[in-house]
Amino acid sequence: MIEPIIKISNLCKSFGGTKATNDVSFELKPGEALGIIGPNGSGKSTLINLISGFVKPDKGQILFKGINITGMAPHKIVNLGIARSFQMSRPFYNMSVFKNLIIPISSPRARKLRGGKYGDLDEAAIHLLEEVGFERDSQVPYKEAGALPHGYLKRLELARCLALEPDIVILDELFSGMSMSEIASVVPLLERIKKEGKTLIMVEHRLTELFKIIDKIIVLNFGMKIAEGLPRDVMTQDEVTSAYLGSEVKTGA
Amino acid sequence: MRTNLSHRKERIDRGIKVRSDDIFVLASMRDLLYVILPKAIVILAMLILPLLKDVVGMYWLNVLVTTLVVILLALSWDLLASAGLVSLGQAFFFGVGSYIAGYLSFKFGWSPLFTIPTATLVGSIICALFLYPVLRLRGIYFGLITFALPLLLARLIEATKVLGGTEGMSALPPIPGMTGKLYLLMFVVLLTLFGFRRLISSNYGLVFQGIRDNDRAVIAAGYNIQWYKTQAVFIAALPATFAGAFVAHHFQFVGVPAFAMDYSILPLTAVVVGGAGTFIGGALGAVILMPLSEILREFGSLRVVIYSLLLLLFSIGLPEGLFKYVKRKYSQIERLTTMEEVKHD
Ligand SMILES: Nc1ncnc2c1ncn2[C@@H]1O[C@H](COP(=O)(O)OP(=O)(O)OP(=O)(O)O)[C@@H](O)[C@H]1O
Ligand SMILES: [Mg+2]
Repeated sequence: MIEPIIKISNLCKSFGGTKATNDVSFELKPGEALGIIGPNGSGKSTLINLISGFVKPDKGQILFKGINITGMAPHKIVNLGIARSFQMSRPFYNMSVFKNLIIPISSPRARKLRGGKYGDLDEAAIHLLEEVGFERDSQVPYKEAGALPHGYLKRLELARCLALEPDIVILDELFSGMSMSEIASVVPLLERIKKEGKTLIMVEHRLTELFKIIDKIIVLNFGMKIAEGLPRDVMTQDEVTSAYLGSEVKTGA
Repeated sequence: MRTNLSHRKERIDRGIKVRSDDIFVLASMRDLLYVILPKAIVILAMLILPLLKDVVGMYWLNVLVTTLVVILLALSWDLLASAGLVSLGQAFFFGVGSYIAGYLSFKFGWSPLFTIPTATLVGSIICALFLYPVLRLRGIYFGLITFALPLLLARLIEATKVLGGTEGMSALPPIPGMTGKLYLLMFVVLLTLFGFRRLISSNYGLVFQGIRDNDRAVIAAGYNIQWYKTQAVFIAALPATFAGAFVAHHFQFVGVPAFAMDYSILPLTAVVVGGAGTFIGGALGAVILMPLSEILREFGSLRVVIYSLLLLLFSIGLPEGLFKYVKRKYSQIERLTTMEEVKHD
């Protein structure tokens, strides 16, 4: 029996009157990939904010590798090995693209994992950009990050997470705003990350691409978990089709 | 035979730019002059001015002291700003440095040789400790607190009569010799200027810039940003507390004027005039602003109106500041070059 790498129990968070997260529990084994889906405002980002420590829960518990990280400062959670991306990817505007990665590459966690060896950080940054699909020989890595198109920003956001060499990677709507070809170039990378044994949590609206990567999904609606399981089992449940797919069809998202 | 075609305008830095963007490959005397001249003029002026007591007069040398002090406060301001911390009260750092130096020398008879380094170091630690609680918060709180602290401390000293109360502490030992004093100040200004420029472009300084641009992403990379901001405050406080300690011995007096609004407004205006983010901008701003403010001394409190007007004028008309503007113009100086000469480039 493999111990779960992360175990979330009865998590609750309210903002004023809205219950953004309402009694959510789930657990993941190392190397597992989870998709979190649900209509707009169903509490997906809030759940990520709770796990990564950016928002403190009202109730409930989060165990990571057996350590209670509930309410811990977000930078400490990162240093334990949980990296996250943001739905709104904002870079360091006034720095060049590769300089944007120096901050995560020389972060406390990345430094510790390298055993204090620095190496050529600029080179490491360029290399990482290449991995997420930036062309090395183009001028793009040297451009000011504020001028990057949306799809590139999203991939920069992914590179920022990978630079931390985390055990769990949490991606909040990585695919939204990416072109089909950009998504196609990132999917193999995500599959490789998974194969390397990293645990993945992905919030997505792009279900077809999501289902290629993940092992199981949970569906949120009004902050509550309404279903959990294999995509093909979950997507046929009535509650899910009415709550999630119904609204998707209606809003055309 | 000279037709119009044989002449064309050329940017003076063309030869340099073509060869390299960053590292200058100097091919001719002209290139060399282009790069070195501005720096040489500044360094020469700095070296010679303190020696010209008889020409310039003691009055203007004192203005030079004040100018250098404001430069130090402006450099300190710019470093804070590089980490996203907008200070509205440089007088806080200045006053803390002044009072520590004054107290050590008034109470224990320490010489400036010891009070100034101690006040600089201990003062900066105290400033960082004072501001630590607000560094947890985002937004305008840092500005508000730095604005309020000097006012608060001044009233506190007046009300409780500690540290000399309203009378302050006088008859402090002076730093002997105007020339030496000026050289010391200039040395510290240059050290701070080059040190800060280096620091901010290093990987360590990148974290400060990251906090300014997007603090959330720096947290998400595993940095304790409150701790980094505290370090930024400590480093930025060093030149400002030094300035305060220096002025205490320069005036041989410390009192509540050490927390005066001038020490907050002048560096801020200097940075706005010269331009933020380059360090040199603030220095340039101070060099223009301080002598100007001396000339306008007879207008008394109307001077504040003039500072305010300058603030308005520059923040609206030239938000990048004078330094970046002049630098751009300088690199665009055009001169007539014959086609003959162009071929050699
Ligand atoms: N910081 C906050 N303050 C107040 N309300 C919030 C805050 N964050 C989220 N909410 C509310 O909590 C609910 C869930 O929001 P959340 O952003 O988690 O949804 P989501 O599932 O990520 O939506 P989307 O698909 O649009 O990204 C919403 O009603 C939202 O308005
Ligand atoms: Mg969201």
